[in-house]
Amino acid sequence: MDMGALAPAGREAARIAELFWWMTGGAFVIWLAVVALAIYATYLNPRPIPAAKTRWLVVGAGAIFPTVVLAGLLVYGLAMLPPLLDRAPKGSLRIRVVGEQWWWRVRYEVPGRGPIELANELWLPVDRPVQLELETRDVIHSLWIPELAGKMDMIPGRTTHLKLEATRTGAFRGICAEYCGASHAFMLFAVRVVEEDELARWLEQQARPAEPPRDALAARGRDAFLANGCGACHAVRGTPADGRVAPDLTHVGSRGMLAAGRVPNERDAFHRWIARPRELKPGARMPGFGMLAEDELRALAAYLEGLR
Amino acid sequence: MTDAPEPGRDERDAEPLAEAPPEAVRRGQEERLLRTWATPTGWRYWSAVNNTEVGVWYTAVSFAFFLFAGVLALAMRLQLAVPGNDLLSADRYNQFFTVHGSVMMFLFAIPIFEAIAVTLMPQMLGARDLPFPRLAAFGFWCFVIGGLFLCGSIFFDAAPKGGWFMYPPLTSSYQPGIGADIWLLGFSFIEVAAIASAVELIVGALKCRPPGMRINLLPLYVWYTLVGAAMILFAFPPLIAGSMMLEIERAFRWPFFDASRGGDPLLWQHLFWLFGHPEVYIIFLPSIALVAMIVPTFARRPIVGYGWIVLAAIGTGFLSFGLWVHHMYTTGLPGISLGLFSAASTAVAIPTGVQFFCFLATLLSGRVARSVPMLWTIGSVAIFVLGGLTGVMVAIATFDFQAHDTFFVVAHLHYVLIGGALFPIFAGVYYFFPIITGRLLSERLGRISFWLAFVGFNVAFLPMHLSGLRGMPRRVFTYPADAGLELLNLLSTIGAVILGAGVAVLAWDVVRPKKKEPYAPRDPWKAGTLEWVQEMPGKPWGIRSIPEIDSRYPLWEQPNLVRDIDEGRFYLPDAAEELRETIVTTAVDARPAQVQRLPGPSFVPLLAAVTLGGFFVLGTFKQWVLAVASLVLATGVILYWLWVGTAGKPEKEEKDCGLGLRLPLYRSGPASVGWWGTFITMLADLTAFVCIVFGYFFFWTVREDFPPPGIAGPGVLWPAVAAALAFAAWVLTLLARRWNRSGAAAAAVAALVWAPVLALLAGVAVLAGPWTTRLDPTSHSYPAIVWLLAGWTAVHLLVGVVMHLYCLAGRLAGRITARHDIDLGNVALYWHFALLTTVVTVATIGGFPLVAR
Repeated sequence: MDMGALAPAGREAARIAELFWWMTGGAFVIWLAVVALAIYATYLNPRPIPAAKTRWLVVGAGAIFPTVVLAGLLVYGLAMLPPLLDRAPKGSLRIRVVGEQWWWRVRYEVPGRGPIELANELWLPVDRPVQLELETRDVIHSLWIPELAGKMDMIPGRTTHLKLEATRTGAFRGICAEYCGASHAFMLFAVRVVEEDELARWLEQQARPAEPPRDALAARGRDAFLANGCGACHAVRGTPADGRVAPDLTHVGSRGMLAAGRVPNERDAFHRWIARPRELKPGARMPGFGMLAEDELRALAAYLEGLR
Repeated sequence: MTDAPEPGRDERDAEPLAEAPPEAVRRGQEERLLRTWATPTGWRYWSAVNNTEVGVWYTAVSFAFFLFAGVLALAMRLQLAVPGNDLLSADRYNQFFTVHGSVMMFLFAIPIFEAIAVTLMPQMLGARDLPFPRLAAFGFWCFVIGGLFLCGSIFFDAAPKGGWFMYPPLTSSYQPGIGADIWLLGFSFIEVAAIASAVELIVGALKCRPPGMRINLLPLYVWYTLVGAAMILFAFPPLIAGSMMLEIERAFRWPFFDASRGGDPLLWQHLFWLFGHPEVYIIFLPSIALVAMIVPTFARRPIVGYGWIVLAAIGTGFLSFGLWVHHMYTTGLPGISLGLFSAASTAVAIPTGVQFFCFLATLLSGRVARSVPMLWTIGSVAIFVLGGLTGVMVAIATFDFQAHDTFFVVAHLHYVLIGGALFPIFAGVYYFFPIITGRLLSERLGRISFWLAFVGFNVAFLPMHLSGLRGMPRRVFTYPADAGLELLNLLSTIGAVILGAGVAVLAWDVVRPKKKEPYAPRDPWKAGTLEWVQEMPGKPWGIRSIPEIDSRYPLWEQPNLVRDIDEGRFYLPDAAEELRETIVTTAVDARPAQVQRLPGPSFVPLLAAVTLGGFFVLGTFKQWVLAVASLVLATGVILYWLWVGTAGKPEKEEKDCGLGLRLPLYRSGPASVGWWGTFITMLADLTAFVCIVFGYFFFWTVREDFPPPGIAGPGVLWPAVAAALAFAAWVLTLLARRWNRSGAAAAAVAALVWAPVLALLAGVAVLAGPWTTRLDPTSHSYPAIVWLLAGWTAVHLLVGVVMHLYCLAGRLAGRITARHDIDLGNVALYWHFALLTTVVTVATIGGFPLVAR
């Protein structure tokens, strides 16, 4: 996996990385000069320099030099700002992301078709600008994919905007950057940058209703899912489960990770999560279902894992 | 009686006595001074109010809080040493980082500035003490009570966990339990104490200087203290106002920050950072002030660019109030705001650069003596400059989009604060330690401590720049194993432990028994500033006689100064009446204006702190009835304190201060220190009020439903009645002062009877507005903020009533006379502010809806 803001895979992040390297280089040179001067003045200076002659240092290095350098830096750094803040052109893919304690509700607004809702996974086309519209259901969150762009807060009562334009395909990690409570550290999401046709195929698949259970165990799992009231919070399209409070599980088995990047998507992880969610994620809203019989839990895990 | 110097006498030429007074006279003077300034013993020791005691307690307690918060930091670093660690649970980690940040800011950085200033400033100014010693003691005790309450909560698993920035709605609606209340009420209490100390420092710096120390001769430390304390006055009130709103939202559901009921969480961010950013400079400037004292001493020459430094410090103070939005770059603000605040934020690097290059120029043009304080100073430069440069980087909004809320910022802020505050403070500890105890710290331990701290610090915090950019957000209790963060975090933890060891060595050096070591020689560093005339160890009287000063480095430039001070050849060499006294001078030219009698030891400040603390602590537990009872009790204690301890009538009009200088013992109005204290306090109070008014107009700007359709405002009638009544009360207050002064005692008493009646009615009228139109403050931000403005005003009118009655009682009891009217002057001053508050409130809640329509 590529790492962070210094290995950019997006147009916005690349601009910022370039700015970073220039500033870091300049800062290093200035730091070296000041510290060298301080050490020279304190420990090495052979004879006092008349105070009048040091005035140029105060005026030149203390006032004029920073003024000039900062003016240049502001021109260079702020010139980048408008393209970062611009909206993606009309007709671009729009995705609404809602931060919730502690997961991400993702809604693709595809032209000519109804919205597609999923959770904790964001697939993006390469070399195409995408407009994110950011909201929150509860506290302030902040959506950040270091390789692609800077971050943007999600603030109650407002909609904020973030434009992304990935420049290479790959898998990245999305992060909540604003402290949002007990499981702030566990509020991650998966980002996949793919070719446009692959994205279309994936969206096609995500738009379909859930697949029926493949075997008897999974079928028992579906029955348990419906019988235990899971559908009050979760939706599985194509079944009576149509809850809107918690993540949509129609294709939960197709996702790489569970519980907003907390654990890899495996049958055991489903089992653990359903039985004791707060062990994995302190403060999670999902009630534990540890009181269910062991085979019922196993069946539930099999059913959900099969929802590809 | 006037500010004009006596005819035929020019203070600048005032010479000490040509010959020392006879030995017997001197011994008598010294005995009386010692008796007068004696520190109480036994359990009464804790009633001391002198800066030599309170300042030292204050410093020691803030240092203890620093160690406590440092231990929390080490625990957090251990938790983050490896990915997926479970040493601390998420909940405990969140409490730890909240308490770490809050304690470092509110219980260490700010208090240690005020503590060091309270300790050192009288010595630097050749004053026996600051003008309000009991206020300083009160501030200290508030700080201790509030601090213990806050830190104690962590042992009951009940500590705040909303971050030191306490963003709602997380802290308003998603964190039940008392943690957030402890933060909001506990820190408000401490902030009140911090403002009290700031008032003391400002009045001290302006009015308690030695004769002749004109404003351009002020030691740089005092200049910086003045700037820092003035910033506290304007920076803390936004936080106090915000905390009050957030606590009211938590306790009574008034929706200031709840977006679903007309509030806006961003209002908190504006108020918080309007405090939070100047706060950084309030920490930085007084710390760098220590460097400004240390550098000339070891360069063996006066500072280069005194005027530049003063202007740069003032400029930094002003600029710092225009930068707060750079903490909010990622909240979706328009590009124009981002650009403006980027420019303003980078601009602050210029005055900072000027200050540092003045220090470097001083070193270059001097012959620098090696010493431990200089070692810490150079270390401070190396660290702070790097933090300043990364500060310029994050000031550019473009880059901040990536760096914001990551470990890059954690690294940046620690480089700034540890380089810009902690290292200078440690330099100051080594430098000024003899002033406190009369002994030097160990040179060897000092070097060990420095190198451990310097290396440890860089090993801990340099890698954080990288871990942040690699995708490590702040305030996470753990991180995934596959994100390239393991090595960086392990390094940071190792560095933190080394840094901790460095601090431990320093702490040991400070506390280790030194009874067997000899006292330091007098002026051990051969410094030039006045505090170093002190004997080793120091005497409680502060200075033997108060000198005439005509130089920035009097010990270098005024011959025989030490001898003349010691032999009592200057002013006030005696305490003939055995009452504590110091000279009050004019603010700019430092011409002697008055001899101020200072209060001695008392438990009243402690009692006032306990009862006022009771209000905040009981409020935390929602015991509002008991809390208000405690507040009433505190009011009683404070009134008693004022009655017995302030504005006393002296036994004579004038006093002979020596060298032919006779000064009045009692002055009222702007010539009295009490007037200055009142004025400065009310500036802070007015700032808090302006922040609430700002809230009103902020809502109006950002919310389309403000005021919401269907909700009537408070109307025009009752607010107008309130304004008229308050105006009448104000007029009567001024008349009372005038009639009292002109000897019309009966008329003055009548005015003081009617003024509180009218003021009380004004308070009722201002509340009657929202009451009669049935505004429900829980329904929407509009009625909530209208009620808050009305309530704030009513409370101020009520305080004005108490003041009227206090003056009435004073006049009837003969405490206030035509000649002795300090209290009336101060109450009139208060009423200027109270009337302004009322008028602005009325114009806002009653008048603005008419215009906005």
